Amino acid sequence: MILLSPLGALGRAVLALMAAVGRVALFAFSAVSHMVRPPFYARELGVALVNIGWLSLPVVGLTAIFTGAALALQIYSGGARFNAEAVVPQIVAIGMVRELGPVLVGLMIAARVTSSIAAEIATMKVTEQIDALVTLSTNPMKYLVAPRVLAALLVVPALVGVGDVIGIFGGYAVATGSLGFNAAAYLKNTVDFLEPLDVISSLVKGCAFGGIAATMGCYFGMMSGRGAQGVGRATKGSVEAAAVLILAANFLLTGAFFSL
Amino acid sequence: MIELSRVSKAFGPNHVLRGVDLSIPKGTSMVIIGGSGTGKSVLLKCILGLVTPDSGVITLDGQDVTKGDRDAFLARFGMLFQGAALFDSLPVWQNVAFRLLRGRLKRPKAEAREIAIEKLRRVGLTPDVADRLPAELSGGMQKRVGLARAIAAEPEIIFFDEPTTGLDPIMAGVINDLIREIVTEMGATAMTITHDMTSVRAIADNVAMLHGGVIQWTGPVSQMDASGDPYVDQFIFGRAEGPIEAVR
Repeated sequence: MILLSPLGALGRAVLALMAAVGRVALFAFSAVSHMVRPPFYARELGVALVNIGWLSLPVVGLTAIFTGAALALQIYSGGARFNAEAVVPQIVAIGMVRELGPVLVGLMIAARVTSSIAAEIATMKVTEQIDALVTLSTNPMKYLVAPRVLAALLVVPALVGVGDVIGIFGGYAVATGSLGFNAAAYLKNTVDFLEPLDVISSLVKGCAFGGIAATMGCYFGMMSGRGAQGVGRATKGSVEAAAVLILAANFLLTGAFFSL
Repeated sequence: MIELSRVSKAFGPNHVLRGVDLSIPKGTSMVIIGGSGTGKSVLLKCILGLVTPDSGVITLDGQDVTKGDRDAFLARFGMLFQGAALFDSLPVWQNVAFRLLRGRLKRPKAEAREIAIEKLRRVGLTPDVADRLPAELSGGMQKRVGLARAIAAEPEIIFFDEPTTGLDPIMAGVINDLIREIVTEMGATAMTITHDMTSVRAIADNVAMLHGGVIQWTGPVSQMDASGDPYVDQFIFGRAEGPIEAVR
């Protein structure tokens, strides 16, 4: 019996995890189904596009430019150990577009947008605004969830694209400004080295990470417990879940695109 | 006519409603009283379908509320929430006209705004409040905006959840009078939950006391003081001693 109790605890934990995965999957499916069925709330979608896309540009831009710049310095100093300093443009480009651009933008969106969505919806729940929506004949999944998830699916790939370009520019600025690279040669090497699949994978990752970030924010917000503690837990849980799922999805998508 | 028959609801081991039977005739104002945590709000949410009862039947004009067109059902209701539940991101007039800006009751924006301002005026708020955000209003003003929203689409049935909680006695009196006036002039069926006895006397035609998950007593408000029910007496006179445990 003593030996069986850890197994029982493990079994319960696995069952709880599977139940949670099932709930999130059903929630995501419901969100997608509401995206394609009327009524559509254009104003809510517009607000979500601005909040998730436009207002995230500063943090995405700053993150990308510093990362690209630091990456250039690292590759230059690391490459110098085996006389490979010249690969800075290529490695910055491939590193930003394939990996760092989508992942960092995804994590920034998880920090900025997921937390904001979860806190907003959770607050609406504890102050009975969600119940009020229902009594006003408005489906919260349609009015609150579907526009946010759709907006993230649309706008995060664009943010990733912008982040990729700014990151490459960060590397370019450091390389040409302090590492002695020729500007025209740097740009030519960058463009020549990147392949369409690199860019496609970056944008697909952006779409997936955007969907994960918004869905987690909405899910934890809608499932929030009572009071300030409930809102706090929902916010914290949403960011943790979004960050872990983004990193896991990144691994799977990288495998799917580049292990061929 | 709203009728509840043997309605029960439990949250885990906590049996909140244990077979509630209640009738609310059309055009009357029913006030549900009872201590905190006795399930008054749950009862109201069961009628609206915000909470699903474990058993029992709730009918509206003989029709089971769980069957039929849900939007059409909800379109007959207005509700004032305890904390007003105004949407923070929308200006006051859009809160009031929420139902008139979307769905089957949708009107042109200018007309919806006009109706919203008229309803705001009805609850004693000036038109300059219309473009402010809910966070810029006092608690009493928020309650009045919530009331304006509840009546904006001229519903047949209005629910009031603790309409005077958190308000000073003067503002509570204003809200009570408004509720009574609006219910009378609209001819609406009203259901209010409260433990404020001043509200009960101002708003109610009939009173029902919820205790132990069942309706302990129900009758006209005029008979409440002489109900002879020890639970009702203890509650309405605010006695610490009696059949209701003071520490729950």
